[in-house]
Amino acid sequence: MSTPSLLITASPHLAAGDSTPKIMWTVVASLAPIVAVATYFFGPSALLVVAAATAGAVVIERAFDRRGTLRDGSAVITGVLLGLTLPAGLPLWMAFTGGVFGIAIGKLVFGGLGQNVFNPALLGRAFLQAAFPVAMTTWPVPAAGGWWSLRGDIFALPFASPRALETVTGATPLGRMKFDHQATPLLDLVLGTTSGSLGETSGLLILLCGGYLALRNYLNWRIPASIFAVVAIVATGLHALDPARYPGAAFMLFSGGLMLGAMYMATDLVTSPVTNPGCWIFGAAIGLLVVVIRIWGGLAEGVMYSILIVNAFVPLLNRWTQPRLFGSAGLTVRS
Amino acid sequence: MWDHLKFRHGVHPPELKELTARIAIRRVPYPDEVVLPLRQHAGKPARPVVKAGDRVERGDVLAEPDGYVSTPVHASAAGTVEQICLWPHPDGSYAPAVRIAVDRYSPQAPRPRLVPDWTRLEPPELVEAIRQAGVVGLGGAAFPTHVKLAPPKDQVVDTVLINGCECEPYLTTDHRTMVEYPERVHLGMRIMMRCLGAKRAMIGIELNKPDAIAAIRRTLPSDLDVTVLGLEVKYPQGAEKMLIKALLDREVPSGKLPLHVGVVVQNVASAATIAEVFETGLPLVERIVTVTGRGVKRPSNLIVPVGMKLRDLIDACGGFTADAREIVFGGPMMGFAQAHLDTPLVKGTSGVVVLAAAETKPTVSYPCIRCGHCLDSCPVFLNPQLLGQLALKERWEEMETNHLADCMLCGCCGYTCPSNIPLPQLFALAKAALRRRPTPV
Repeated sequence: MSTPSLLITASPHLAAGDSTPKIMWTVVASLAPIVAVATYFFGPSALLVVAAATAGAVVIERAFDRRGTLRDGSAVITGVLLGLTLPAGLPLWMAFTGGVFGIAIGKLVFGGLGQNVFNPALLGRAFLQAAFPVAMTTWPVPAAGGWWSLRGDIFALPFASPRALETVTGATPLGRMKFDHQATPLLDLVLGTTSGSLGETSGLLILLCGGYLALRNYLNWRIPASIFAVVAIVATGLHALDPARYPGAAFMLFSGGLMLGAMYMATDLVTSPVTNPGCWIFGAAIGLLVVVIRIWGGLAEGVMYSILIVNAFVPLLNRWTQPRLFGSAGLTVRS
Repeated sequence: MWDHLKFRHGVHPPELKELTARIAIRRVPYPDEVVLPLRQHAGKPARPVVKAGDRVERGDVLAEPDGYVSTPVHASAAGTVEQICLWPHPDGSYAPAVRIAVDRYSPQAPRPRLVPDWTRLEPPELVEAIRQAGVVGLGGAAFPTHVKLAPPKDQVVDTVLINGCECEPYLTTDHRTMVEYPERVHLGMRIMMRCLGAKRAMIGIELNKPDAIAAIRRTLPSDLDVTVLGLEVKYPQGAEKMLIKALLDREVPSGKLPLHVGVVVQNVASAATIAEVFETGLPLVERIVTVTGRGVKRPSNLIVPVGMKLRDLIDACGGFTADAREIVFGGPMMGFAQAHLDTPLVKGTSGVVVLAAAETKPTVSYPCIRCGHCLDSCPVFLNPQLLGQLALKERWEEMETNHLADCMLCGCCGYTCPSNIPLPQLFALAKAALRRRPTPV
């Protein structure tokens, strides 16, 4: 009898078939349609901005790479997601810097994958927002000029002021609502024919792509569900009080970065709670903060800061919502 | 209640039982040598009472129990004791074992013996007879059966649960036992009910074994209060606490035994063995075992003498295939990978799974991404994510306060973990570290 060379591993000797790289690359794949639609609306600049942000994330991950961590795909997700939160006309070097910052300060300093507290993509965006406030709020109108025309001086040299191009810019639906009290037709919001960041456009598509991930159990559906529920309930209540001043639920849900934030940013596995009750609370807190910032805050959009703020509370939420041990009814559970 | 007849969480691994589910049990020829470890049960190892050169018949006592939670070990074949020495044990260690050179031309007939008439024996005498026969739980944990059948006086047992779930993938040992020996299962159950004074019994069988359910139902004794229930196919349905929850909707309190809720659980193979003891008078010297997996040429259900070496067992099944890679004693969810082909099969070995290279798990791990899948799968509602992170930092005491003791190492968390973190291995490590800790004075 031929004796095989035996493998010795610990039980269980079967695996469910999902692996961390598989989850990460599936998320990347599910973002592809969103990038494609952004490119359809904003022309090649959209693709270039996403590519620049991704390049920044990947380059810095590679620079610190000692264990082949680039292959797990998490840096690519951060880059693509960051790219989707940027305006189409952002100079590429800024997008690149955002990617570098997001991965370096958002993830690597904490110890790499799985160790970070804040969503790296949003941290990158927060950095860009603070560093380049004007460039980050210049919104080219989709389909202004030909499809091939670039939406801004995206090839500006680092630290040079971008030239003001002859492009039409427009306020985002949230900005118009907040500062001009102008509503945007709901259909435009759902389909995405509005101005805004690359990923702030088609809410419907993001819902579909994120829904696919939820079906595969690659994101916890409780997080977007509770965000949507709380935003809808609070917005409906306020709208009933003063319809002229407060927008309705549908507007709140489909405008700005809420869809992308709820489906892709808040559900980041690493920076969301591990327990299901924790996820409900996490989502509800984000939803509440989004409405509060949008309506009473100084900014038109509050999704980014809402998620980052609640990220900080995740360890606490995990602690509060530990599962109840089997057979512990009537026993005092040590914490 | 919405969660009646169910337990929460758990996982659905592929069943993979089709390799052997329809193959009838057959007896294997005796090998040239059997090796019987002195520790084949939970508790203290048995004390040997034979020495090298002694001639033994099949069924003779080789080692006596050492203390109450201990069982004797019997010769599983007639022959000559060669040596008592350290030998590879299925748990991965080297442990004292009795080697017997088997008589090549022996008929392997046991010595003539009196078969006790169980209907005339009082419960304590029945329990003692079961103990002297060396019966242990055959589902894998090998807990001495007599201990379970003699509860403290103040504990009332109202229900005997017979566990026919066999929720481990691949294994069909209990399945074939129920299909081919349903009367033995019933007799064993009857004897256990008498030992415990229980009025009621329930037999739980996963719904993926309709032929076993049919066979058990067909032979159901009419004079006993027995219910046969088909159960959801979910791992670990056969874990005692999960089975009690599913069948009776009782939750065994943390740190307590099933006795605490008036239940004793026994595996169908154990029940059939008890019946055999009172049918033939022969102690536990052989067991039914599934040898399966894509790494073995002829997957089979076999009656094997305890102590038969892995090498001989594989030979009896046509040998390894070219791509055989890993040999697991027990099921693939909780079983132990074996390093030696000389390792003997012990009483608690419910299956031998030979995995082909393509069936083995990747060995690379990734950092925890806190996806929470382990929390969603843990049947006792632990937080394996937290426990795993603590284990990597060797913070054993903190693991203890987070209920490590309740972990039964079922492997659900490790099965679902996308980062392939060996969580059950870490928990076993932590449990061992805590056991080694010096007791405070």
